[in-house]
Amino acid sequence: MNLISQPWPWYVAGPLIGLMVPALLLLGNKLFGISSSFKHICAACIPAGIPFFKYDWKSQVWNLFFAGGIVLGAFTAAHFLRGAEAVHINPATTAQLQAQGVKNFDTLVPTDIFNIGALATVRGWVFIVLGGFLVGFGTRYAGGCTSGHSIMGIASLQWPSLVATICFMIGGFTMTWFILPYLLKL
Amino acid sequence: MKNIKYLLAGVVFGIILIKSQVVSWFRIQEMFRLQAFHMYGIIGSAIFVGMISILIIKRFNIKSISGEPIVIPQKKFSWGNIIGGLIFGLGWAITGACPGPLYALFGSGIWVIGITLLSAIFGVWVYGLVQDKLPH
Repeated sequence: MNLISQPWPWYVAGPLIGLMVPALLLLGNKLFGISSSFKHICAACIPAGIPFFKYDWKSQVWNLFFAGGIVLGAFTAAHFLRGAEAVHINPATTAQLQAQGVKNFDTLVPTDIFNIGALATVRGWVFIVLGGFLVGFGTRYAGGCTSGHSIMGIASLQWPSLVATICFMIGGFTMTWFILPYLLKL
Repeated sequence: MKNIKYLLAGVVFGIILIKSQVVSWFRIQEMFRLQAFHMYGIIGSAIFVGMISILIIKRFNIKSISGEPIVIPQKKFSWGNIIGGLIFGLGWAITGACPGPLYALFGSGIWVIGITLLSAIFGVWVYGLVQDKLPH
Protein backbone atom coordinates (compact mmCIF):
# COMPACT_ATOMS: atom_id res chain seq x y z
CA MET A 1 0.00 0.00 0.00
CA ASN A 2 1.31 3.40 -0.94
CA LEU A 3 0.41 5.81 1.86
CA ILE A 4 0.97 8.85 -0.32
CA SER A 5 -0.81 8.07 -3.54
CA GLN A 6 -3.53 5.72 -2.28
CA PRO A 7 -6.48 6.46 0.01
CA TRP A 8 -6.03 4.94 3.47
CA PRO A 9 -8.19 1.90 4.28
CA TRP A 10 -10.49 1.98 7.32
CA TYR A 11 -8.23 -0.26 9.42
CA VAL A 12 -5.41 2.29 9.11
CA ALA A 13 -7.45 5.49 9.39
CA GLY A 14 -9.81 4.36 12.19
CA PRO A 15 -7.11 3.36 14.70
CA LEU A 16 -5.14 6.54 13.88
CA ILE A 17 -8.23 8.64 14.63
CA GLY A 18 -8.71 6.63 17.83
CA LEU A 19 -5.16 7.55 18.86
CA MET A 20 -6.14 11.23 18.82
CA VAL A 21 -7.97 10.46 22.09
CA PRO A 22 -4.91 9.50 24.18
CA ALA A 23 -2.72 11.98 22.28
CA LEU A 24 -4.82 14.95 23.41
CA LEU A 25 -5.23 13.56 26.93
CA LEU A 26 -1.48 13.11 27.30
CA LEU A 27 -0.58 16.42 25.65
CA GLY A 28 -2.57 18.34 28.25
CA ASN A 29 -5.75 16.66 29.55
CA LYS A 30 -7.72 17.77 26.51
CA LEU A 31 -10.88 16.00 25.39
CA PHE A 32 -11.02 15.08 21.70
CA GLY A 33 -13.76 17.20 20.14
CA ILE A 34 -14.23 19.72 17.35
CA SER A 35 -17.66 21.31 17.61
CA SER A 36 -16.72 23.30 20.75
CA SER A 37 -14.49 25.41 18.50
CA PHE A 38 -17.64 26.94 16.98
CA LYS A 39 -18.77 28.01 20.43
CA HIS A 40 -15.38 29.54 21.22
CA ILE A 41 -15.47 31.48 17.94
CA CYS A 42 -18.89 32.86 18.91
CA ALA A 43 -17.63 33.74 22.40
CA ALA A 44 -14.55 35.44 20.96
CA CYS A 45 -16.12 37.28 18.03
CA ILE A 46 -19.87 37.77 18.48
CA PRO A 47 -20.81 37.20 22.17
CA ALA A 48 -23.54 39.90 21.96
CA GLY A 49 -24.13 39.75 25.70
CA ILE A 50 -25.58 36.22 25.46
CA PRO A 51 -24.92 34.38 28.76
CA PHE A 52 -24.04 31.12 26.90
CA PHE A 53 -21.01 32.90 25.42
CA LYS A 54 -19.87 34.58 28.65
CA TYR A 55 -17.02 32.35 29.74
CA ASP A 56 -13.26 32.42 29.52
CA TRP A 57 -12.90 31.19 25.93
CA LYS A 58 -9.17 31.97 26.07
CA SER A 59 -8.73 29.06 28.48
CA GLN A 60 -10.09 26.82 25.67
CA VAL A 61 -8.02 28.34 22.91
CA TRP A 62 -6.20 25.03 22.35
CA ASN A 63 -9.35 23.84 20.55
CA LEU A 64 -9.04 26.68 18.03
CA PHE A 65 -5.40 25.75 17.40
CA PHE A 66 -6.53 22.15 16.88
CA ALA A 67 -9.21 23.29 14.39
CA GLY A 68 -6.68 25.51 12.61
CA GLY A 69 -4.36 22.51 12.41
CA ILE A 70 -7.08 20.50 10.68
CA VAL A 71 -7.32 23.19 7.99
CA LEU A 72 -3.52 23.15 7.50
CA GLY A 73 -3.32 19.35 7.52
CA ALA A 74 -6.11 19.07 4.99
CA PHE A 75 -4.40 21.65 2.77
CA THR A 76 -1.20 19.60 2.95
CA ALA A 77 -2.93 16.30 2.19
CA ALA A 78 -4.95 17.75 -0.69
CA HIS A 79 -1.98 19.45 -2.35
CA PHE A 80 0.94 17.14 -1.64
CA LEU A 81 -0.58 13.73 -0.81
CA ARG A 82 -3.12 13.48 -3.63
CA GLY A 83 -6.03 13.79 -1.24
CA ALA A 84 -8.50 15.70 -3.38
CA GLU A 85 -9.09 13.11 -6.09
CA ALA A 86 -12.32 11.34 -7.04
CA VAL A 87 -13.51 8.91 -4.37
CA HIS A 88 -14.21 5.35 -5.49
CA ILE A 89 -17.52 4.64 -3.86
CA ASN A 90 -19.88 1.70 -4.29
CA PRO A 91 -21.27 1.86 -7.87
CA ALA A 92 -24.73 1.29 -6.40
CA THR A 93 -24.40 4.55 -4.45
CA THR A 94 -23.20 6.36 -7.58
CA ALA A 95 -26.14 5.02 -9.57
CA GLN A 96 -28.65 6.06 -6.89
CA LEU A 97 -27.15 9.53 -6.60
CA GLN A 98 -27.10 9.98 -10.38
CA ALA A 99 -30.75 8.96 -10.56
CA GLN A 100 -31.46 11.54 -7.87
CA GLY A 101 -29.75 14.30 -9.83
CA VAL A 102 -26.11 14.43 -8.62
CA LYS A 103 -23.83 15.10 -11.60
CA ASN A 104 -20.25 15.68 -10.51
CA PHE A 105 -18.25 12.86 -8.88
CA ASP A 106 -14.75 14.24 -9.61
CA THR A 107 -13.68 15.35 -6.15
CA LEU A 108 -14.58 15.12 -2.44
CA VAL A 109 -17.97 16.83 -2.79
CA PRO A 110 -20.42 17.08 -5.72
CA THR A 111 -19.31 20.44 -7.11
CA ASP A 112 -22.53 20.79 -9.10
CA ILE A 113 -24.22 21.30 -5.70
CA PHE A 114 -21.43 22.86 -3.66
CA ASN A 115 -20.20 25.92 -5.55
CA ILE A 116 -20.47 29.65 -5.01
CA GLY A 117 -22.78 30.10 -8.01
CA ALA A 118 -25.21 27.61 -6.46
CA LEU A 119 -26.00 30.23 -3.80
CA ALA A 120 -28.26 31.81 -6.43
CA THR A 121 -30.50 28.72 -6.16
CA VAL A 122 -32.73 27.32 -3.42
CA ARG A 123 -30.87 24.00 -3.59
CA GLY A 124 -27.55 25.76 -3.05
CA TRP A 125 -28.88 27.52 0.05
CA VAL A 126 -30.25 24.26 1.45
CA PHE A 127 -27.01 22.30 0.99
CA ILE A 128 -24.43 25.01 1.68
CA VAL A 129 -26.17 27.23 4.25
CA LEU A 130 -29.06 25.33 5.89
CA GLY A 131 -26.98 22.14 6.16
CA GLY A 132 -24.23 24.00 7.98
CA PHE A 133 -26.74 25.70 10.26
CA LEU A 134 -28.24 22.33 11.28
CA VAL A 135 -24.75 20.92 11.93
CA GLY A 136 -23.82 23.87 14.16
CA PHE A 137 -27.11 24.21 16.00
CA GLY A 138 -27.57 20.46 16.36
CA THR A 139 -24.08 19.65 17.64
CA ARG A 140 -24.19 22.41 20.25
CA TYR A 141 -27.68 21.41 21.39
CA ALA A 142 -26.49 17.79 21.55
CA GLY A 143 -23.35 18.83 23.43
CA GLY A 144 -20.90 17.44 20.87
CA CYS A 145 -20.39 15.92 17.45
CA THR A 146 -18.99 12.76 15.93
CA SER A 147 -15.62 13.30 17.59
CA GLY A 148 -16.75 14.48 21.03
CA HIS A 149 -19.69 12.10 21.46
CA SER A 150 -19.28 9.18 19.05
CA ILE A 151 -15.55 8.68 19.55
CA MET A 152 -14.42 10.42 22.77
CA GLY A 153 -17.73 9.95 24.59
CA ILE A 154 -18.38 6.31 23.73
CA ALA A 155 -14.69 5.41 24.20
CA SER A 156 -14.92 6.78 27.76
CA LEU A 157 -18.12 4.74 28.32
CA GLN A 158 -20.53 7.66 28.67
CA TRP A 159 -24.06 6.50 27.89
CA PRO A 160 -25.40 9.99 26.95
CA SER A 161 -22.85 9.97 24.13
CA LEU A 162 -24.18 6.63 22.89
CA VAL A 163 -27.71 8.09 22.94
CA ALA A 164 -26.50 11.15 21.00
CA THR A 165 -24.69 8.96 18.45
CA ILE A 166 -27.79 6.81 17.87
CA CYS A 167 -29.72 10.04 17.27
CA PHE A 168 -27.04 11.32 14.84
CA MET A 169 -27.55 8.13 12.84
CA ILE A 170 -31.37 8.26 12.99
CA GLY A 171 -31.26 11.87 11.77
CA GLY A 172 -28.84 10.94 8.98
CA PHE A 173 -30.85 7.91 7.83
CA THR A 174 -34.08 9.94 7.89
CA MET A 175 -32.52 12.69 5.79
CA THR A 176 -30.82 10.35 3.32
CA TRP A 177 -33.72 7.98 2.76
CA PHE A 178 -36.78 10.21 3.03
CA ILE A 179 -35.87 13.89 2.54
CA LEU A 180 -32.65 14.19 0.53
CA PRO A 181 -34.18 12.89 -2.75
CA TYR A 182 -36.56 15.88 -2.67
CA LEU A 183 -33.83 18.37 -1.69
CA LEU A 184 -31.66 17.17 -4.59
CA LYS A 185 -34.51 17.98 -7.00
CA LEU A 186 -34.94 21.58 -5.77
CA MET B 1 3.73 28.77 22.56
CA LYS B 2 2.14 25.93 24.49
CA ASN B 3 -0.66 25.63 21.96
CA ILE B 4 1.56 24.71 19.01
CA LYS B 5 1.34 21.04 19.97
CA TYR B 6 -2.43 21.16 19.48
CA LEU B 7 -1.93 22.80 16.10
CA LEU B 8 0.35 19.90 15.14
CA ALA B 9 -2.17 17.35 16.46
CA GLY B 10 -4.76 19.10 14.28
CA VAL B 11 -2.46 18.88 11.25
CA VAL B 12 -2.15 15.11 11.77
CA PHE B 13 -5.91 14.77 12.21
CA GLY B 14 -6.54 16.87 9.08
CA ILE B 15 -4.25 14.65 7.00
CA ILE B 16 -6.01 11.52 8.32
CA LEU B 17 -9.46 12.98 7.55
CA ILE B 18 -8.46 13.68 3.94
CA LYS B 19 -6.47 10.50 3.24
CA SER B 20 -9.19 8.27 4.70
CA GLN B 21 -11.84 10.10 2.61
CA VAL B 22 -13.93 10.63 5.75
CA VAL B 23 -14.42 14.18 4.45
CA SER B 24 -16.06 12.95 1.27
CA TRP B 25 -19.74 13.77 0.84
CA PHE B 26 -19.98 10.55 -1.17
CA ARG B 27 -18.58 8.41 1.67
CA ILE B 28 -21.26 9.79 4.01
CA GLN B 29 -23.91 8.95 1.43
CA GLU B 30 -22.56 5.39 1.15
CA MET B 31 -22.66 5.12 4.95
CA PHE B 32 -26.26 6.28 5.34
CA ARG B 33 -27.36 4.11 2.38
CA LEU B 34 -25.65 1.09 4.04
CA GLN B 35 -23.68 0.46 0.86
CA ALA B 36 -20.16 0.39 2.30
CA PHE B 37 -18.40 -0.66 5.46
CA HIS B 38 -15.69 2.02 5.17
CA MET B 39 -17.17 4.66 7.52
CA TYR B 40 -18.49 2.11 10.00
CA GLY B 41 -15.06 0.48 10.11
CA ILE B 42 -13.37 3.83 10.72
CA ILE B 43 -15.72 5.02 13.47
CA GLY B 44 -15.86 1.57 15.09
CA SER B 45 -12.10 1.02 15.14
CA ALA B 46 -11.51 4.61 16.32
CA ILE B 47 -13.86 4.01 19.27
CA PHE B 48 -12.15 0.68 20.01
CA VAL B 49 -8.63 2.15 19.99
CA GLY B 50 -9.78 5.17 22.01
CA MET B 51 -11.43 2.92 24.59
CA ILE B 52 -8.40 0.65 24.98
CA SER B 53 -6.16 3.73 25.28
CA ILE B 54 -8.30 5.20 28.06
CA LEU B 55 -8.36 1.86 29.88
CA ILE B 56 -4.55 1.70 29.70
CA ILE B 57 -4.22 5.32 30.92
CA LYS B 58 -6.53 4.59 33.86
CA ARG B 59 -5.10 1.15 34.68
CA PHE B 60 -1.50 2.39 34.84
CA ASN B 61 -2.42 5.83 36.15
CA ILE B 62 -0.50 7.48 33.31
CA LYS B 63 -0.04 11.24 33.71
CA SER B 64 -0.06 13.97 31.07
CA ILE B 65 3.32 15.20 29.78
CA SER B 66 3.20 18.04 32.30
CA GLY B 67 2.60 15.53 35.10
CA GLU B 68 -1.10 16.14 35.75
CA PRO B 69 -3.43 13.21 36.40
CA ILE B 70 -5.72 12.51 33.41
CA VAL B 71 -9.29 13.61 34.12
CA ILE B 72 -12.30 12.75 31.94
CA PRO B 73 -15.42 14.50 33.24
CA GLN B 74 -18.69 12.56 33.18
CA LYS B 75 -21.25 13.84 30.70
CA LYS B 76 -24.75 14.43 32.07
CA PHE B 77 -27.72 13.30 30.01
CA SER B 78 -29.81 16.07 28.50
CA TRP B 79 -32.77 15.94 26.12
CA GLY B 80 -30.47 17.92 23.86
CA ASN B 81 -28.51 14.71 23.31
CA ILE B 82 -31.63 13.38 21.56
CA ILE B 83 -33.20 16.47 19.94
CA GLY B 84 -29.91 18.15 19.05
CA GLY B 85 -28.53 14.78 17.94
CA LEU B 86 -31.42 14.32 15.50
CA ILE B 87 -30.97 17.88 14.17
CA PHE B 88 -27.25 17.35 13.68
CA GLY B 89 -27.94 14.01 11.93
CA LEU B 90 -30.27 15.72 9.46
CA GLY B 91 -27.60 18.32 8.72
CA TRP B 92 -24.80 15.75 8.51
CA ALA B 93 -26.53 13.92 5.66
CA ILE B 94 -27.02 17.21 3.77
CA THR B 95 -23.52 18.67 4.11
CA GLY B 96 -21.88 15.23 4.06
CA ALA B 97 -19.59 16.56 6.77
CA CYS B 98 -19.52 16.86 10.53
CA PRO B 99 -17.51 19.72 12.11
CA GLY B 100 -13.98 18.25 11.70
CA PRO B 101 -14.51 17.47 8.01
CA LEU B 102 -16.01 20.94 7.45
CA TYR B 103 -12.67 22.46 8.52
CA ALA B 104 -10.83 19.85 6.44
CA LEU B 105 -12.89 20.39 3.27
CA PHE B 106 -12.27 24.12 3.56
CA GLY B 107 -8.55 23.50 3.98
CA SER B 108 -8.47 21.11 1.04
CA GLY B 109 -9.44 24.01 -1.19
CA ILE B 110 -13.23 23.65 -1.47
CA TRP B 111 -13.64 27.26 -0.43
CA VAL B 112 -17.43 27.32 -0.64
CA ILE B 113 -17.45 25.15 2.51
CA GLY B 114 -16.20 28.31 4.26
CA ILE B 115 -19.81 29.52 3.96
CA THR B 116 -21.06 26.23 5.45
CA LEU B 117 -18.61 26.72 8.34
CA LEU B 118 -19.84 30.28 8.93
CA SER B 119 -23.40 29.00 8.84
CA ALA B 120 -22.52 26.30 11.42
CA ILE B 121 -20.98 28.97 13.67
CA PHE B 122 -24.14 31.06 13.20
CA GLY B 123 -26.17 27.96 14.16
CA VAL B 124 -24.25 27.74 17.42
CA TRP B 125 -24.83 31.45 18.01
CA VAL B 126 -28.58 31.01 17.48
CA TYR B 127 -28.50 28.05 19.89
CA GLY B 128 -26.85 30.31 22.48
CA LEU B 129 -29.57 32.89 21.90
CA VAL B 130 -32.53 30.53 22.38
CA GLN B 131 -30.91 27.98 24.70
CA ASP B 132 -33.05 28.73 27.77
CA LYS B 133 -36.25 28.29 25.76
CA LEU B 134 -35.33 24.79 24.57
CA PRO B 135 -36.01 21.53 26.43
CA HIS B 136 -32.89 20.05 28.01
